[in-house]
Amino acid sequence: MDIWIYAIVSLVKTLTIIFVVVLPMVSYTVYAERRVSAFIQDRVGPNRVGIPLTLFGFKEDVKFHGLFQPFADALKLLLKEDFTPAHVNKFYYWLAPALAMIPSLLVLAVIPFGSTLDLDFLVTPVAKMLGFDFGLGPIPMVIADVDIGVLFIFAITSLGVYGITLAGWSSNSKYPFLGGIRSCSQMISYELAMGLSVVPVFLVVGTLNLSQIVEFQCANGWLVLPVWFHGLDWKQVALWVPLLISFVVFLIASFAETNRLPFDLPEAETELVGGYHTEYSSMKFALFFLGEYSAMIAASSVIVTLFLGGWHFPGIPDGSAGWFWGLANVVTFFAKVACVLFFFIWIRWTLPRFRYDQLMKIGWIYLFEIALVNILLTAGLLVAFS
Amino acid sequence: MPHIIPRPKLTFAEKMYLPAILGGLVITLRHFLRSLFGQTRITLQYPEQKWDENLPAHYRGAPTLVKDEWDRERCVACQLCEFICPPRAITITPGELPADSRWAKVEKYPEQFEIDMTRCIYCGMCEEVCPEQAIFLRKDYAITGLSRAEMVYDKKKLYEIGGVMDGLVNKWNDLK
Repeated sequence: MDIWIYAIVSLVKTLTIIFVVVLPMVSYTVYAERRVSAFIQDRVGPNRVGIPLTLFGFKEDVKFHGLFQPFADALKLLLKEDFTPAHVNKFYYWLAPALAMIPSLLVLAVIPFGSTLDLDFLVTPVAKMLGFDFGLGPIPMVIADVDIGVLFIFAITSLGVYGITLAGWSSNSKYPFLGGIRSCSQMISYELAMGLSVVPVFLVVGTLNLSQIVEFQCANGWLVLPVWFHGLDWKQVALWVPLLISFVVFLIASFAETNRLPFDLPEAETELVGGYHTEYSSMKFALFFLGEYSAMIAASSVIVTLFLGGWHFPGIPDGSAGWFWGLANVVTFFAKVACVLFFFIWIRWTLPRFRYDQLMKIGWIYLFEIALVNILLTAGLLVAFS
Repeated sequence: MPHIIPRPKLTFAEKMYLPAILGGLVITLRHFLRSLFGQTRITLQYPEQKWDENLPAHYRGAPTLVKDEWDRERCVACQLCEFICPPRAITITPGELPADSRWAKVEKYPEQFEIDMTRCIYCGMCEEVCPEQAIFLRKDYAITGLSRAEMVYDKKKLYEIGGVMDGLVNKWNDLK
């Protein structure tokens, strides 16, 4: 019985997080991207699509500042002709969009997006009506609370490169091919810096489990803002320096990992037409699009979990204080994710693209070394304090 | 002698990129906030807002026929506009005025006068060439239709858009 309940609860959590939270978030990130970029460039952006009431005989459409744009976009992408060029390698051509989409969703499995949520006030009466007598107790708001959380994330995100590389290769056309190659070398270069930059976090926290990392931050302050909650402890301030460095390195590396500008060389429009997805159309193109944006959401979630305190916000108790606070934690987490997403977009419309050799130089000569020295610095500080 | 531009010596802060990036972020954020709070108003929301009253007098919109102050059509069907029209958008069927007409001196009038708005390139040559000042480019620019046939404007419609244009045209002066 217990295992079944556990399985059902996990399934519900998974489906809810994917279909109720992440996919709508992806479409509205696209909307936000267009709107924010428009505002930054003194334009207006999509502000027209609303509920088309005129179709049903009303006098005026409801506009809502174009908030229904994602629906129109999704409909357009679904209804477009799904064209497979004759010169492509069909199997990999069809496989690539799925491979681009899946890893970024898988990453979300280990992210704790809230503390606990006690839904017994809803579940127990329903179960009683059905003739059972049980409560779920506090449900942890993480789909898979694994001890190797961060390793899992790195393992899965590095699979994301396959989608792009295969798309570039199987398209059998020069621009996608160049895009695929660029993406491959870029991902390999930045994965290293990314992996090394979080080692100081583990040295300080002492675990790879993401839930425990968040709990550590609840007790000792967010890793990038340790002085928020306590008085100034000089040891913490000293440790703050390497953690800030590792935050910046991780942030830059995750920009490169998600192919966002200034590192969007795999799809550099001005150089490579559309990059790796040049030959794709319709829903297959949309899957790349979804993959890119859900990778952005996944990266933001990881950043929030590791450095910005996860679901914790000073003044809001965790889920043991009641279901309302549990829900508030979830909302806090996604609000933070939204802020990081805004930062992603903001950066995109601020910085120009790097040249390819500059990109490689930053990755291998600066970020990699900075991350390595940072580990030594953190370890040295920790030894000195112990 | 070659003009050599030395590579600039960058300071440490400049080599770090980060101060410059922060500066750029501040600039873009300022633009974002100004747009967000409606201080930037550059875009015209077209169908709702229009700029029509600011169009210059020489604006070249739809070519139209005009009547004079006595409601007499000015066109004498000389067909100069038809011949000069680069995309051949104008088709005129000339007709003869009856001898007992008050304006018999004019001799000809257009029986049919059609402008194909899908072909018109708004060059204004018809207006330039017209000896009677009968065809003018007006300020209408939103010229739409659901079929090609609908886009061929006939005489009635051209006069409707054109309206009345008074002014001295020597042709009507009996003393000349």
